[in-house]
Amino acid sequence: MATSHQASGIQAARLDAAGIAENFSDLHPPYDAHEAAVAADRCYFCYDAPCMTACPTSIDIPQFIREIQAGHPESAARTILEQNILGGMCARVCPTETLCEEVCVRETAEGKPVEIGRLQRYATDTLMAKGEHPFTRAAATGKKVAVVGAGPAGLSAAHRLAMLGHDVVVYDARSKPGGLNEFGIAAYKTTNGFAQREVDWLLQIGGITMDYGQKLGEDLSLDALKEAYDAVFLSIGLAGVNALRAPGEDMDGVRDAVDFIAELRQADDLTTLPVGRNVVVIGGGMTAVDAAVQSKLLGAENVTIAYRRSREEMGASRFEQDLAASKGVKLMFNVMPVAVHGSGAAAEIELEYTQVADGKVSGTGETLRLAADQVFKAIGQTLEGQPEALALEGRKIKVDASGRTSVAGVWAGGDCASGGEDLTVTAVAEGRDAAMDIHSSLMG
Amino acid sequence: MADLTTEFLGIKSPNPFWLASAPPTDKEYNVRRAFEAGWGGVVWKTLGAEGPPVVNVNGPRYGAIWGADRRLLGLNNIELITDRPLQTNLEEITRVKKDYPDRAVIVSIMVPCEEQAWKDILPQVEATGADGIELNFGCPHGMAERGMGSAVGQVPEYIQMVTEWCKKYYSKPVIVKLTPNITDIRHPARAAHAGNADAVSLINTINSITSVNLDSMAPEPTIGGKGTHGGYCGPAVKPIALNMVAEIARDPQTRGLPISAIGGVTTWRDAAEFMALGAGNVQVCTAAMTYGFNVVKEMISGLSNWMDEKGYTSTQDFIGMAVPNVTDWQYLDLNYVTKARISQEDCIKCGRCYAACEDTSHQAIAMSEDRVFTVKDDECVACNLCVNVCPVEGCITMEEVPAGQIDERTGEVVSDEYANWTTHPNNPSATAAE
Repeated sequence: MATSHQASGIQAARLDAAGIAENFSDLHPPYDAHEAAVAADRCYFCYDAPCMTACPTSIDIPQFIREIQAGHPESAARTILEQNILGGMCARVCPTETLCEEVCVRETAEGKPVEIGRLQRYATDTLMAKGEHPFTRAAATGKKVAVVGAGPAGLSAAHRLAMLGHDVVVYDARSKPGGLNEFGIAAYKTTNGFAQREVDWLLQIGGITMDYGQKLGEDLSLDALKEAYDAVFLSIGLAGVNALRAPGEDMDGVRDAVDFIAELRQADDLTTLPVGRNVVVIGGGMTAVDAAVQSKLLGAENVTIAYRRSREEMGASRFEQDLAASKGVKLMFNVMPVAVHGSGAAAEIELEYTQVADGKVSGTGETLRLAADQVFKAIGQTLEGQPEALALEGRKIKVDASGRTSVAGVWAGGDCASGGEDLTVTAVAEGRDAAMDIHSSLMG
Repeated sequence: MADLTTEFLGIKSPNPFWLASAPPTDKEYNVRRAFEAGWGGVVWKTLGAEGPPVVNVNGPRYGAIWGADRRLLGLNNIELITDRPLQTNLEEITRVKKDYPDRAVIVSIMVPCEEQAWKDILPQVEATGADGIELNFGCPHGMAERGMGSAVGQVPEYIQMVTEWCKKYYSKPVIVKLTPNITDIRHPARAAHAGNADAVSLINTINSITSVNLDSMAPEPTIGGKGTHGGYCGPAVKPIALNMVAEIARDPQTRGLPISAIGGVTTWRDAAEFMALGAGNVQVCTAAMTYGFNVVKEMISGLSNWMDEKGYTSTQDFIGMAVPNVTDWQYLDLNYVTKARISQEDCIKCGRCYAACEDTSHQAIAMSEDRVFTVKDDECVACNLCVNVCPVEGCITMEEVPAGQIDERTGEVVSDEYANWTTHPNNPSATAAE
């Protein structure tokens, strides 16, 4: 018997298994062959195509779409994967509405871009369904490279290095590879264990050894890695989480959104995953939306995203905002948390309206209270546990355009490194480019 | 609503849309449905001589090519003439004509190239009360191998001879259907004219192989591992048919010979174009075979709407209006100068015009860092390729350079005098060079 939406507190089983299955099905169902051909036919094969320029991994989009149109999605997949070995995941999770599809000339012409993401998924899924790995390793170089962090940047770097003939060991603090692909993205964007399947497929290249439960600073040290390997690539992500810094933050029911999402992604049965009746998510990025939407999909009655700036400044794209709204999430702008109230467990959150002057947010003095038995903090993640020897830029590891850190023989990429947006696709590009630079440096 | 009543060879039909001789007109059942849907007339599927009917293949008889969303662009067939007994067809024609006196019923015929064969069948056809006959000299497969169909249509002398027999043994209009599988369509048309044909109809289907199966390495449609060429029709053949109709319409030797146009007519516009090039009516097959008989309703409303807009009260008002504007290349005005103009407001910056011009034409389009595309007047030869590849209708246009202005490509002042190749100084056989 399912618990109802209205049951107070943090409860499991607000929906039955069928309701959960429906809510967490594929956000964008895959194309069949005919749909793909029709969607591909809309591509104008632009000269010096804007979509390709907008792609952080510079996939030759007109080329792969033409290959789909001409009936060989396997070649299309190869075109994609040559540039972006995690093209399957990026097809699912890329905010295409702010990247390739935003600049598609058909978006300009008619407000309906070519559905590049779904086409990319069609191509990569077709290839992966055959269990084929389209790349082979170059002759062994005898060089060894350590990659720390098995997220998108690390996997991308590892694959490229292995392909170039180097032997790679990938360390990760968790017990599973994938990083945010596995632990940090909304479930409806990557269904049926895709993150793990993709890693398994990627590892078919050979030459990559995975070593889990190895945390930098605890089980591993940079010095030891430098000693043992010819090069080190760090892709440790952002392990820290910003605090609310408001009274009541330590009450039961207040937690980090990333932990909730990770728990959700690892849950075997989502009907057993508890969620509040009245959920308030603090923040304005993709993590906030992912936490809010999934709370709603688990059966929470009221879910609110409270963001301290205006809609225009929200990190989550308009598509994500609309997705949240369509699932029944309420979006509040220009409000910031000032306190969580309750006796031991959160019951209400007090928000203060804000104004933004010269980019700085300040409270107006007017407050409101929302019922909140669960509060998720999604106000940004921070670098944590990085080796002290590395110079920082802002709050990230300082790297140059090739991913080189301030320490010779050490490269970094992905969310932990400076430059670029914190996106899967950006991480893949940084991992790949660092791998190319490591290769030239080792073989130079 | 404009009156679409059309009189062709004295045969009245409520509109100029006839179904061509083909599977849709093979039986009483279909023809009745067609008339109920609104078709103005039918050309009954080709009858053969008395005796055991032909047999068709028992595997696929059609092949096609499609656009990305399975829009059928071209259809090919290897079906033969009617495979039903002659008497059955004659009885059905008689009944249908009696029940639909206001519709045109034409009987297509293909019998051996012997006078007796025609002498035998024509009185029987006449007895049905049908309005006329169409001689199938076009069918490119199967029947041609037996000395009929396009085997006759490719020999003008035979066309004339058989037409003369028909005029001798049949009192009503005789339409000669022409095959496009010939070098110059004017010759068979002239032969039909010389044989006193009342009209020609064209085009019949074009020899074709629509595709090759790359697994079985056989042309499609494939029958037991083999294939053969079939007759191609549908939207893809329309430009070829338009040209052939125009050639006959403007040929001094056949000028005025009534034409029933066939070839890819799918909408009212296709019909209007054929009629503007001199056709008295049109015949349709592939559109009906693709979408069913109801397609005629759009043809009727569309043509009528357009005629109202233009103020035409009868199809006679516009038939042949475009014929005087069809000419030979040598008479085109070489002093007519245009340049491509790109509307920056409409441009979506795909760069197709640039790629096409830069790679395959005259390097006359400039592309800026921020994807602004502009025409270089000193290079533009006005070829129109950019217009044709631009995905936005009306974004690139051809603008005439007025007389008196300098054509930046040639550096010469544009003249307002008509001058063509026949008078051009570069023409070694110029007749009136300055």
